[in-house]
Amino acid sequence: MRNRSKGKLGTWDWQVFCKDTIEGEVMPRCFGSGGNTTYLDWMLSAWGWTISVALLSLVVALVFGSLMGILRTTPNRGLVLLGNAWTELFRNIPLLVQIVLWYHVLPALVPPLQGLPSFLLVVLALGLFTSARISEQVRAGIQSLAHGQRMAGLALGFTLPQTYRYVLLPMAFRIIIPPLTSESMNIVKNSSVAFAVSIAELTLFAMQAQEETSRGIEIYLAVTGLYFITAFAINRVLHFIEGRVRVPGLIAAGDK
Amino acid sequence: MKIAKIACATLIAAAFASSPTLAQESATLKKIKDAGSATMGVRESSGGLSFTLGDGKFAGFHVELCERVLADVQKQLGLARVDVKFQPVTSQNRIPLMQNGTIDIECGSTTNNAARQKDVAFAVTTFVEEVRIAVKANSGITSISQLNGKNVATTTGTTSVQLLRKHERANSVDFKEVFGKDHADSFLLLESGRADAFVMDSQILAGLIAKSKNPAEFKVVGEVLNVEPINIMMRKDDPGFKKAVDDSLIKLMKSGEIAKTYDKWFMQPIPPANVRIGLPASDATKTAWANPNDKPAEDYAKK
Repeated sequence: MRNRSKGKLGTWDWQVFCKDTIEGEVMPRCFGSGGNTTYLDWMLSAWGWTISVALLSLVVALVFGSLMGILRTTPNRGLVLLGNAWTELFRNIPLLVQIVLWYHVLPALVPPLQGLPSFLLVVLALGLFTSARISEQVRAGIQSLAHGQRMAGLALGFTLPQTYRYVLLPMAFRIIIPPLTSESMNIVKNSSVAFAVSIAELTLFAMQAQEETSRGIEIYLAVTGLYFITAFAINRVLHFIEGRVRVPGLIAAGDK
Repeated sequence: MKIAKIACATLIAAAFASSPTLAQESATLKKIKDAGSATMGVRESSGGLSFTLGDGKFAGFHVELCERVLADVQKQLGLARVDVKFQPVTSQNRIPLMQNGTIDIECGSTTNNAARQKDVAFAVTTFVEEVRIAVKANSGITSISQLNGKNVATTTGTTSVQLLRKHERANSVDFKEVFGKDHADSFLLLESGRADAFVMDSQILAGLIAKSKNPAEFKVVGEVLNVEPINIMMRKDDPGFKKAVDDSLIKLMKSGEIAKTYDKWFMQPIPPANVRIGLPASDATKTAWANPNDKPAEDYAKK
């Protein structure tokens, strides 16, 4: 409508990150000193929270996801049922709903949970949600192996756990590194729901800082950049691992 | 050369003569006159000030004031009718939408502060918000000084977060802040005991308590932590439209009609749930009605 307003939206003001979060004064070195914090300090600490939530959730997801995925391929019908039920439970409920269930509903039903910090609850919620997806990938990885592998392992006198440990899993995990990479990157992006339970991570920072500074575009661009860097770093690390553990000639594990 | 000058002067004169007195000065008035309609920016959920009734209908104290203002504008422009279109806005998009002309008048819960006055204009102050604390009635908490080391809830994306931070710094206290993702969520934190207090605009606190399962369980206590004028917003640099809006509001203030309107939205049961917010007009609000002005929040803080 007006040229002035157009110009205003088009002007960047990156100095906003150097502002003190209390008085809004621009700090000389962009980092606060003597107890002052700038928006840059705050954003870096928020990035730390995002990374902590994502990495701890990933550990939870890998442990439970692998366990449940393995159970679903065992000959024991009870264990298969347990693994299937687990997977369906956590993958059929939207993530944000699960977070709210962990934060508001479960503590109301199980009072001891009230004492748990919300950080732990969100790590559990995000970890278990992702474990359902990882369980599906682990199952698919194991089932993609020829049935003879299992038979051969057992025929050699390995127990069932030994067959998994020495025959099936080393191959299955190599096969599923690419989908696990996606899942690990997803967990970084999904960690943004932690804002809903008061974790001071990047999304919460963005929502709050843009209200305080009225420089939403700069803030969201910076936060977008940090999410991208984090997810991409995980991608590179897993790509490196994929290359290191590659076994030449192994099916689907990238032959060169 | 001379002919050109005369032609020019005639054109200007013709341009002026063809528009009625007010529309000359005001782009917004001209726009309303040409379109036969005005677009009102409204909020989905801003307590009794501006809220949705569903089906694209909106109501509230500021919405009604704006409807009255636009009725006056219609008379002033000599139009048979002015269609009022509602456009829901959020705290993030209300200023850009005002600047780019999507909305002509915003009737929500916008704080009038010096930073925003650089981008938009505000009508005379119609409501003064006080930030206070809601606690459980049986908690024994009566002041913010009792909240050191306690869990204090507030809502992400509101100025109260910054206010708490300032208060902590100024008084060397430490709150354990818990952030709700919206006001209902923050209230749930208080209700479920995760937070000992909820710091927010008293208008919003009163509304949430009124709607809660057991309103007697909660109360708003303690000193006023911050005072902010909440104004109807308009485009900047349109004195003709600002005058029309201000004149209309000042008329309501002088006649005492504004107090009746306030009573209707804050003291009587309101739709859709027919609950009563029960928040009498504060002294600061009454002062603003008695001395119409558009001073920004910074001027209130100095007092």
